[in-house]
Amino acid sequence: MADAIIDLKHLVKRFGKQTVLKDVNLAVMPKQIVGLIGPSGAGKSTVIKTALGMEVADGGSATVFGQVMPNRKLLSRIGYMAQTDALYDSLSGRENLKFFAQMKGIKKSEIKISIDHVAKVVDLQDDLDKRVSGYSGGMMRRLSLSIALLGNPELLVLDEPTVGIDPALRRQIWRELGSIRDEGRSILITTHVMDEAELTDKVALLLGGKVIAFDEPVVLKTQYRVDSIEDVFLKAEGELQ
Amino acid sequence: MRTFAIMKRVLTEMIRDKRSLALMFLAPILVLWLMSVIFTANSTTNVEVGTVGVTSSVSTNLDQVKHVTVHHYTNEANAKKAMKDDKIDAIIHKTDNDYSLTYANTDSSKTSAVKMAFKSALTQTNIDQMKSQLGVAQKTIGKLQATLPVQAQRQLQSQMPTQKKATTPQITNHYVYGDSSTGFFDKMLPVLMGFFVFFFVFLISGMALLKERTSGTLSRLLATSVRRSEIVFGYMASYGILAIFQTILIVMATIWLLGVEVVGSVISIIVINLILALVALAFGILLSTFANSEFQMMQFIPILIIPQIFFSGIIPMDSMASWIQDISYIIPIKYSGDAVTGIMMQGKSLFSFGLDIGVLLIFLVVLTFLNVRGLKRYRKV
Repeated sequence: MADAIIDLKHLVKRFGKQTVLKDVNLAVMPKQIVGLIGPSGAGKSTVIKTALGMEVADGGSATVFGQVMPNRKLLSRIGYMAQTDALYDSLSGRENLKFFAQMKGIKKSEIKISIDHVAKVVDLQDDLDKRVSGYSGGMMRRLSLSIALLGNPELLVLDEPTVGIDPALRRQIWRELGSIRDEGRSILITTHVMDEAELTDKVALLLGGKVIAFDEPVVLKTQYRVDSIEDVFLKAEGELQ
Repeated sequence: MRTFAIMKRVLTEMIRDKRSLALMFLAPILVLWLMSVIFTANSTTNVEVGTVGVTSSVSTNLDQVKHVTVHHYTNEANAKKAMKDDKIDAIIHKTDNDYSLTYANTDSSKTSAVKMAFKSALTQTNIDQMKSQLGVAQKTIGKLQATLPVQAQRQLQSQMPTQKKATTPQITNHYVYGDSSTGFFDKMLPVLMGFFVFFFVFLISGMALLKERTSGTLSRLLATSVRRSEIVFGYMASYGILAIFQTILIVMATIWLLGVEVVGSVISIIVINLILALVALAFGILLSTFANSEFQMMQFIPILIIPQIFFSGIIPMDSMASWIQDISYIIPIKYSGDAVTGIMMQGKSLFSFGLDIGVLLIFLVVLTFLNVRGLKRYRKV
């Protein structure tokens, strides 16, 4: 078996007196899309932030590409998209992309090609030269996603990427995520949309600071004897209470 | 490379925000111009004095003092009524040989003007009296001499030094800096200039970083492999450039628009203000981490920015209690104010302010270090 791209073992994270993550075990293998689902406040973003090294675990270990996080240099191999759009309003879409491409350390000669490619994926080619302040909510979300895709990172970490994106484009994005996986790259994605969870290779169910279930969607559905991931989610939540 | 890209981005954002840009460049000039108008117009005080029973020689002398007008009243009641009606600022009442002065005292500068004028009028009157008495004495001596025998007269004349004509000494005023119209405003200007640079760079940079933090772009930035120091230096470079332009504009405006004399080198003034701007930037970035909204950022102004004016040297420190003077050592504007005052008014060279510049640089290094460290809150490496 190949080495895991993200490997979280017995992760514990506290903020003050509140323990957000009690014991999180999660592994993202190469060529895999892993979905992280859980109710709001379950700590999905905290898992991601710890994996990226924005936060340091209070217990357990977080390794990415086989190295212990936090590690600044590894970040150039990761594409990250946060829950908030995090864009510079007064700049155009292209300027935003160019700036983040420079921050990621993408070679000057490759920046333009990379920008054209990601803009095409999120269908923003025609709007790249408009200022972001004039974008619609969906356009901002797409631009935000395209920034994460810049430079073909080996690992994508996406926090709720499809919120506010219309169904047709959502399908297109998932197709793109699929082809990214087929290229041999890995994706960790959090989502609220349960039918999206069905599209992942593995689903991790985060509840009460623990990953209570982590398997392929089909396996989970049989295990909980239900028809959809949504029902798995509800049943698991019910069992815990 | 990344530092440069961040600098370019911050500058682009700033140039597109026309209003903040105008605030940074036009507001200081507007305020400086207003202050120059207000403080210059106030430099002469005209006072109206009412006199009761004062001898004509004293009141004439008083009337001759510049900016003083004398009104005569027959009794004190009339004079008091006039004061109540705001027609006169002071009453001089003579009873027997004594004077009693009553001041409206609504404006302390007028009160002191009357005191000065009255004193000089009295002195003038005394001198006049002495002069006339001297004249009488001389005449008497002349008469006495005439009665002496001729021989004795000759002897006396050769012994007596030739009497010099009594002349009033001419007073000519020389000003090392500026001219007779140089006033309070000119003293304030070097400090004010520093204050504007400090205030606007502090506010705008603090707001910019706050926005970067609240909008999530800072997290996103830190999710790339950028170094924390590259972010801080990128900000410093962009605001440094902005501060250069701001200082040039303020200096030019003070020279051309307000006609203030700059004895020393303009470039030295810009250098000092540039260092001050970088201190302000580092200070603004540091404090923005303690604010959760733009309004909370504004709350630092009365607490941390306005008090700096009082310790900055606008008000002469010599007369203050020593513990207050000690506080001024931790005020960055004091150092830039000292240096710019020396350059602007005394024409000293930049190198004679090594200590002031050194202290500013220490501020800068410490604050920058704290900022780079402080970003660890958002990313642990």
